[in-house]
Amino acid sequence: MEINQLLDYQWSSMMPEFTILLTAVALSLVDLFMPKKRNRSVIIWFALSGIAVAIVFLIFQFDDGVVTILNQTYRLDSFAKAFKLLMLIGTGLVLLLGIKTNDLDEVKGEYPYLLLTGLLGGMMMASSADLITLFVGLELLSLSSYILVGIRKKNKLANEAAFKYIVNGGIATAITLFGMSYLFGLTGETNIYEIQALMGSDIVTENRYIAVFAFLMIFVGLAFKITAAPFHMWAPDVYQGAETPITAYLSVVSKIAGFAIMLRLIMVPFVFAPGTGKVITPDGVSYETLLVSVRPYLVLLAVLTILIGNLIALKQVNAKRLFAYSSIAHAGYLLVPLAALSELVFDAVWFYLAAYLLMNLGAFAVIDALGEENNEVTVASFAGLFKRSPYVTIAMTIYLLSLAGIPLTAGFIGKFEIFMSALGTEPKRFILALTMLAGTVLSYIYYFGLFVQMYFRKAEVKTPVLASNRLVAVLTITAAGTVLLGIFPSIALTFIHDHFQFLEIFNP
Amino acid sequence: MGGILTILILSPLLGVIVLSLMPANHSSVKMIGVFGTVLPLIVTIGVFSLYDRTLSGIQFMESYQWFELMTAISPNEPYPVTYDLGITGLSLLFLMLSALITFLASLAALRIQEGVKGFYMLFLLLEFGILGVFSSENLFLFFLFFEVTLVAMFLLIGKWGGFEREKAAFSFLVYNGIGSILLLIVIIVLFVEFRTMNISELTSLLQESASYEFLSGNTRMWLFLLLLLGFGTKLPIVPLHTWMVRVHIEAPIAVVMIHAGVLLKIGAYGLIRFGAGFFPEQLKETAVILAILGVINLLYGAFIALVQTELRAVLAYSSISHMGIVIIGVASFNTAGLQGAVFQTISHGLIAALLFLLVGVIVDRFQTTKLADLGGVASQTPLFAGFFLAAGLASLGLPGMSGFISEFLAFLGLFEAMPVIGSVGVIGLILTAVYMLRAVLAVTFGERKPQFDKQKDLSAVELVSSAILLSLIIWIGVYPAVLSNTLQMARTLGIGG
Repeated sequence: MEINQLLDYQWSSMMPEFTILLTAVALSLVDLFMPKKRNRSVIIWFALSGIAVAIVFLIFQFDDGVVTILNQTYRLDSFAKAFKLLMLIGTGLVLLLGIKTNDLDEVKGEYPYLLLTGLLGGMMMASSADLITLFVGLELLSLSSYILVGIRKKNKLANEAAFKYIVNGGIATAITLFGMSYLFGLTGETNIYEIQALMGSDIVTENRYIAVFAFLMIFVGLAFKITAAPFHMWAPDVYQGAETPITAYLSVVSKIAGFAIMLRLIMVPFVFAPGTGKVITPDGVSYETLLVSVRPYLVLLAVLTILIGNLIALKQVNAKRLFAYSSIAHAGYLLVPLAALSELVFDAVWFYLAAYLLMNLGAFAVIDALGEENNEVTVASFAGLFKRSPYVTIAMTIYLLSLAGIPLTAGFIGKFEIFMSALGTEPKRFILALTMLAGTVLSYIYYFGLFVQMYFRKAEVKTPVLASNRLVAVLTITAAGTVLLGIFPSIALTFIHDHFQFLEIFNP
Repeated sequence: MGGILTILILSPLLGVIVLSLMPANHSSVKMIGVFGTVLPLIVTIGVFSLYDRTLSGIQFMESYQWFELMTAISPNEPYPVTYDLGITGLSLLFLMLSALITFLASLAALRIQEGVKGFYMLFLLLEFGILGVFSSENLFLFFLFFEVTLVAMFLLIGKWGGFEREKAAFSFLVYNGIGSILLLIVIIVLFVEFRTMNISELTSLLQESASYEFLSGNTRMWLFLLLLLGFGTKLPIVPLHTWMVRVHIEAPIAVVMIHAGVLLKIGAYGLIRFGAGFFPEQLKETAVILAILGVINLLYGAFIALVQTELRAVLAYSSISHMGIVIIGVASFNTAGLQGAVFQTISHGLIAALLFLLVGVIVDRFQTTKLADLGGVASQTPLFAGFFLAAGLASLGLPGMSGFISEFLAFLGLFEAMPVIGSVGVIGLILTAVYMLRAVLAVTFGERKPQFDKQKDLSAVELVSSAILLSLIIWIGVYPAVLSNTLQMARTLGIGG
């Protein structure tokens, strides 16, 4: 490659990534050379400012068209920008939440910059147009997450969680890679837009079962990442074992990245691929598209995820496990627009993820606050919370209402769009809608069960929850955001519409 | 008068705000709570007096764009979500009923001792939801306010209820949650087909024959059945009634007054406004089944009420029985029947509120509602006994009281449409007399238990509240035109007529 060509690339389109990369590298050096006794909390603020700068760069890119660099392997389109925005905000909130002070001795400074490298991986997943770079991004996020989960190296649960996570995650990425290899074998290309173009060729049509197989392999591998049933088993243990802010990171940022890569990998290479079923048209026999052929599996997966997540959540005592299953259920809701192959898929998934980011992070922030006084936060730890800390309780109430999909919260608007995506396609997906109905009503039971604890039960301790300034900041931002997006959803809806043309994803 | 409905809906929230700023043990918390319900009552009376009975259609319309949902594929065809308020004669009657009963219930709630501030805040939030439900001219708003009542009721039952309050609260939550999400599915199907959630627009769109291209008769039948199931849970239609009995027995008295008096009526309102308004053809097709369901409700409720040993359970099953008459009226689908159904909801709202007001007095004075433990209170508390007897008589449909008019109209409608089913249903009316008198007599007459000596009769507040309700019941019974004059609009909505 000529040096001139290299310099000609529009490198500015990678500015947010460079910022994060530089911050992570700089922080690791600072951490290395800082005297051992010094308080490490300055690193967190440094990381936060890095994220703020990255967000500013991202905002300046909003109205650029599609930019591709590095031989079309890296791609900045609306889809990438929209998902990167969510991941940056999510990571920023997790950093703001910080880690418990009494664990800092053990944890040292690697916590913030591992979050950043994970974020970098997630951003690459959102922005790549090549199987290789997509996979590198996926691995970067995964490896950072494995370390983060096991970061408390003297804690038994954390070690167990990290081990489970690395084994399960390793298998999942291997399966994805296996599926990708079939794509490469069929088309001889790694660029997903080239693959898309070649998918209509005769050789693929002849071997269309292999394309379906490749799809299913990739999908199964990614289903691990987004905790879709029946590939969700790792989530509760990992969520429970990890430090609460890291659990929040896994359940929000990692899941957003998972949906980003899933949407791109499903929508781009496979959108014109031939499926298995034959369609008889006046012009002769042709094949239905691959996405139509595999739709029953997608529907099945969504239905299973919703039902399993909600049903098992009913019986949970540990708060983190409860929210692990609840987040499995939410992954199921997010699969609905995909399974319905609705034209709303990008808007619905993006909005729901935005809502989910706020409400789920908020809920984990409250669990984290309760973790200061309890070794294990159970449902009963919420008892009498209203009497102890009314403001924390009101914030938690907002998150729970939003998670349950009660109107005037962001979660409701998101769920409304998802219902629309299931019922707005022809033929109407009543199965999906009714499953969501069942799931939502089941979720009422455990979300409102927390209300019972917070408002009806008496607390054993009378003192208020230890609320640091940073916790208050996180709670305020997420609660206000949840309500604001619930009452004025047009803020987000017109914003994504003015700045993001999701259909760019299909244009090579 | 633009914006008066918004003012009406928001008016209870003023009380919530004031209360939230007060210390919990402040002496005037209760007073603020009660005043919080007076304000909406005044606004409702204002709306009532400004309402023009000679006009047909929707009045006090307010319509604003709220937000738009857009798809990436076709960004130029947005799905607009609007904020529409407006009332018809039908909703006006329900608004009056709600504001009045909420006010009286807030007086009955003065007996609450613990967590008064929280109670009144949720109570006013509940009123916000109820007023919103009846003022919405838009299905999105209707659903929104409906869910507000759900959350408020859950907390009210679960915190201030009786021994099994949490079970009752969850039972309420699950049944009504299912009902409301079924409704949401119907709303969304209509929304994606017609790109509007405005109720009157949908009513006229659905009645154009061209709209069948969008929504086949088969789909309509499904949607109608979903609506029936959704509102049937609320009403409730047997066998979806178990939650409602629990709520009647466990919830605090003031909340039961609202629940029996107003909330159950949302089911009837929805069935008439949406079931009959959107899908008249489907309603006609299923009329016989609906009528049979109504008669089952009527008889089942009455028979079970006959053997209950607990006064609140008697009244709960009596509510089920009375809601059967509403279903019968809707099923007959003619002017008399529909009018009967509306009359019955209003009338039962008033009667149930009065009965539970008096049950509240019993609980306060005698600490029990078991029929076996009560008795002979007439000699000690004659005023109470008199009102209780009057309420019982109203409930069993004594001529000259509102219950008679509504039952008469509903059965008139039914006999016109389905005489055979009607004649079976009439048995229910006899049973009503039996179980009602059995319960009333067990409380008021018989041997007086010694521990009930020296109990105070109705206090001034209780007396005035009961008198207001009873006089309304008699007024409607003697001069039913007070309702039908306002209601005329129901017919111009395209139902019956």
